[in-house]
Amino acid sequence: MEENKTYTISIYTENNIGLLNRISAIFQRRHINIESINSSVSEIENISKWTIVVQLTEERMKKIIGQIEKQVEVIKAYYHREDEIIYQESCLFKIKSELLFEERQIQNIIKESNANIVTVNKEFFVLEKSGRSEEIELLHRELKVFGIMQLTRSGRIAVSKEEMKISKMLEAFSN
Amino acid sequence: MKEHFTLENKEDVVTTEKISGSEAVLKSLLAEGVKTLYGYPGGAIMPVYDQLHQYQDKVHHVLARHEQGAVHAAQGYARISGKVGVVIATSGPGATNLITGIADAQIDSTPLVCITGQVNSQLLGSDAFQETDIVGISTPVTKWNHQITKASDIPKVLAKAFYIAKSGRPGPVLIDITKDAQFEEFDFSYQKCVGIRSYKPVPMVEEKKVQEAAALINSAKKPLIVWGQGVILSEAESIFKGIVEKSGIPAAWTILGVSALPTSHPLNVGMVGMHGNYAPNVLTNECDVLIAIGMRFDDRVTGNLNFYAKQAKIIHFEIDPAEVDKNVKADIAVLGDAKESLTQLLPYLNEKEHTEWHQRFKDLYKIEYEKVIKNDLHPTKEGLTMGEVLKEINKRSKGNAAIVSDVGQHQMIACRYADFNLTKSNITSGGLGTMGFALPAAIGAKMAAPDRDVVAVIGDGGYQMTIQELGTVFQQRIPLKIVVLNNQFLGMVRQWQQLFFDKRYASTEMTNPDFVAIAKGYQIDAQKVTDREKLSDAVREMMTSEGAYFLEVCVEKEDNVFPMITAGASVSDIRLE
Ligand SMILES: Cc1ncc(C[n+]2csc(CCOP(=O)(O)OP(=O)(O)O)c2C)c(N)n1
Repeated sequence: MEENKTYTISIYTENNIGLLNRISAIFQRRHINIESINSSVSEIENISKWTIVVQLTEERMKKIIGQIEKQVEVIKAYYHREDEIIYQESCLFKIKSELLFEERQIQNIIKESNANIVTVNKEFFVLEKSGRSEEIELLHRELKVFGIMQLTRSGRIAVSKEEMKISKMLEAFSN
Repeated sequence: MKEHFTLENKEDVVTTEKISGSEAVLKSLLAEGVKTLYGYPGGAIMPVYDQLHQYQDKVHHVLARHEQGAVHAAQGYARISGKVGVVIATSGPGATNLITGIADAQIDSTPLVCITGQVNSQLLGSDAFQETDIVGISTPVTKWNHQITKASDIPKVLAKAFYIAKSGRPGPVLIDITKDAQFEEFDFSYQKCVGIRSYKPVPMVEEKKVQEAAALINSAKKPLIVWGQGVILSEAESIFKGIVEKSGIPAAWTILGVSALPTSHPLNVGMVGMHGNYAPNVLTNECDVLIAIGMRFDDRVTGNLNFYAKQAKIIHFEIDPAEVDKNVKADIAVLGDAKESLTQLLPYLNEKEHTEWHQRFKDLYKIEYEKVIKNDLHPTKEGLTMGEVLKEINKRSKGNAAIVSDVGQHQMIACRYADFNLTKSNITSGGLGTMGFALPAAIGAKMAAPDRDVVAVIGDGGYQMTIQELGTVFQQRIPLKIVVLNNQFLGMVRQWQQLFFDKRYASTEMTNPDFVAIAKGYQIDAQKVTDREKLSDAVREMMTSEGAYFLEVCVEKEDNVFPMITAGASVSDIRLE
């Protein structure tokens, strides 16, 4: 058996409300866990870009891409290995302000991790960290011992090293 | 939603002064050439029904007796005509009753446009009376779906719906229209959709792939063609016949593909799959090149994939890229419309006869004939067999009838033994195996092809799932032939219970009503046959009757369908008994 690997999927779509349902059903039906999903604008006007992270064998990954591309509103879908993309995630930590002053260690952690303090008030401060998953996980582990009031982590966003040629595809249609 | 339509030509544009959304639905249907549609009214779709009344001389609305009946009728209509079947229903239960038929159309690639009414847009999400999220519910079983809340969206969304349903690999589309959008007035203008930028329904045929395929086919010593419905959907029958005849390759079919090539054709070697013919199943595991055309390697066709044609090189002609390598890995995949790719293929093929290889099929046929076919068609035991009923139908139809079968033993027998001279003649629920399909589908088929004999072959179980559609036959005076093969069992399930559950017949025995009396209640001529001597005359009477006819044949209760590839077995381990 081929082993599971992490794949990042980029999907360029028309903006359509129903599509989220269709795409998520493709994964749900096959019992594939979506590790993260992000929907945003793309470099092309009125075209959305979705970034989905899953763990799969490559063989299954190919079949899933076929099913995704089959959807009427999907312009193109790609899957990428980890080394084929530049990606980032971000995370917000809400932490008691007193710790910032009482625990020296925290200040060092913040400095070393390249995290940003977004806001500070009497009760809490908010720390933002963007980076690769491992970096965020490391920071999380380090801060956990002091107590975290709230934590939110975003889905992965990614750009591919190779060109995706969407604009060319769309041009071909209008001609 | 963004508009991405380009104009084919200006004449296609229909424009009018202010009209209501519901009238726009009718005008859009007319612009798409719709003459017949099937449905059932209710609160949320009443404005459209009001227009159906106004337009009754232009569009024939057929009132079914249940929305499932309406959608299967539209499927039958689509399958025999190649046109888009149109269905209309109200919100809530009307819409949910369509789901089985939509799922059936999705898996069997049948073009449908289903229009459902929906509660007022201001009420959406409020659990209003008869509100269901039909767009959410139908998403996994539609090729595309969409909810309209503004009348002005009706023409462009319906244009898109028809285009998507019919183009490429066909499928069902559902359009949900809120009641306020049906009432709202706007300036109507209709343009047929000819393209959507995110949707590429037909991949371009790559000449290089065609050449590679041709080279492999030409070098093959023991090639086998397995074709499916793709040949019919792309209307490639004649070029397909040319391919088969020029290459001399034995050609076997899936149950959705049969009738693309006459069953009597000397190169037609029969049906593949679970209850298919012995030779093509066994020789699937002996051929050196397997040429799959417009078929998707369904598990009912392949049996255990680990033992399916492992020795063979696989060539897959397929329109849907997602089907390539899905179940069986192709050595050469030729993407594209079958008609186009086969047309490109033909000139590259060498003329061959493969005489010895054909002999293998003939030899295995003899074995199947002795063990199975002889007993099915010429039984010596007392009880009637399903096979002999089919033989009688063939005798009267001369192979020119369309056979609409339901699901179960009788379906397999009908597919195995029906003679077909004409394409689009075997209408059955293949992928979903929907009991209750046949009677309403036969209604649609007969209405789309009034000059053809349409014979519905149904089990006593499945018949009772949509028996209410006799009301539609009656009201529309549809001269349909209905044959119920009554074994007083849910036969196919009983067969499995016999073979794999030590004959524990859990809930498969049926105490049936007087079917003849029921048919007569709808003023349908009817007859019941229990003896062999009466069968031939009864079938003749049915086939020559002017109007609708119902024939019940009481067959042997515990007959089994063979050959059979049991669960987990390889195609070549097909059992003859
Ligand atoms: C809607 C639906 N429910 C259940 C089944 C499972 N099923 C498959 S074949 C069959 C028995 C069909 O019996 P009958 O209609 O009498 O036909 P026979 O097999 O006896 O020819 C059943 C219950 C099905 N295919 N469809």
